[in-house]
Amino acid sequence: MLGLQAFFFYVFALVTVGAAMMVVLSRNPVHSVLFLILTFVSAAGLFLLTGAEFLALILIVVYVGAVAILFLFVVMMLDLDFGRIKQGALEYAPIGAIIAAVLLAQLIIAVTGSYYNPQLSASTVLPTPPLETMSNIQALGAVLYTRYVFFFQMAGLILFVAMVGAIVLTLRHKPGLKRQSIPTQVARNPKTAIEVVKVETGKGV
Amino acid sequence: MAVGLGHFLTVAAILFVTGVFGIFMNRKNIITILMSIELILLAVNLNLVAFSAFLNDLAGQVFALFILTVAAAEAAIGLAILVVFFRNRGSIAVDDVNTMKG
Repeated sequence: MLGLQAFFFYVFALVTVGAAMMVVLSRNPVHSVLFLILTFVSAAGLFLLTGAEFLALILIVVYVGAVAILFLFVVMMLDLDFGRIKQGALEYAPIGAIIAAVLLAQLIIAVTGSYYNPQLSASTVLPTPPLETMSNIQALGAVLYTRYVFFFQMAGLILFVAMVGAIVLTLRHKPGLKRQSIPTQVARNPKTAIEVVKVETGKGV
Repeated sequence: MAVGLGHFLTVAAILFVTGVFGIFMNRKNIITILMSIELILLAVNLNLVAFSAFLNDLAGQVFALFILTVAAAEAAIGLAILVVFFRNRGSIAVDDVNTMKG
């Protein structure tokens, strides 16, 4: 049982890391977006292994289903000149790799030392209810709408502002476009809209 | 071999460093920079969820949910700015980005 968990952990972890590297190393932005989708899906698998099932599936719905598709739309819409984009990247690669390796070494040393203080779990902010009493989504819901309702509403406000901002930025009024004018439509009256014509039988209008 | 907290944190660290490296390498390509930022946010989310699981504390998952929300909003606005920039400029060379200063 424990071996199965380790096997799946390594599969998901390797796919995540490999796809993430391909995101930044791909020449073609479309390939980068597709590798980003693969990264998100395998990260969702990692989330599932820790027991955060709601967050894992929400990751797929929101990140892959909305954000990655948005990236794909924009990448398809822009006509990119790949040659000009990639020319400056190679000269910084060795320094970037050294800095990345040093940062990674520091982070790994920091997290794999003896970090876990048993007294820490006595002071949890929000103890997770055991899985027998309620499911993960129920536990999140029980706390999200009561203790964190302010942040929940603020998150909704942030999304609203982002939506309005994106529309305001990208909307443009083309000159020949026909648009509805609701007041004009509502103000029509039969006197100006309808014309009664007496038609003789056998002849048209 | 049991999968411990350190394993998850290592994977998150590698993702984080890959994101930073991506920003470092692809300075001329705004879309890859935005994708690297998403990788960094994913690494942070993985960190929070791993700690939430191993310390039996639901606050990590709640925080990760809000980070997800903000990341989606920021990606939308970033891409909208990019689209308008491309409309006006015809290219996405990041060198010209400081002309946006108002």
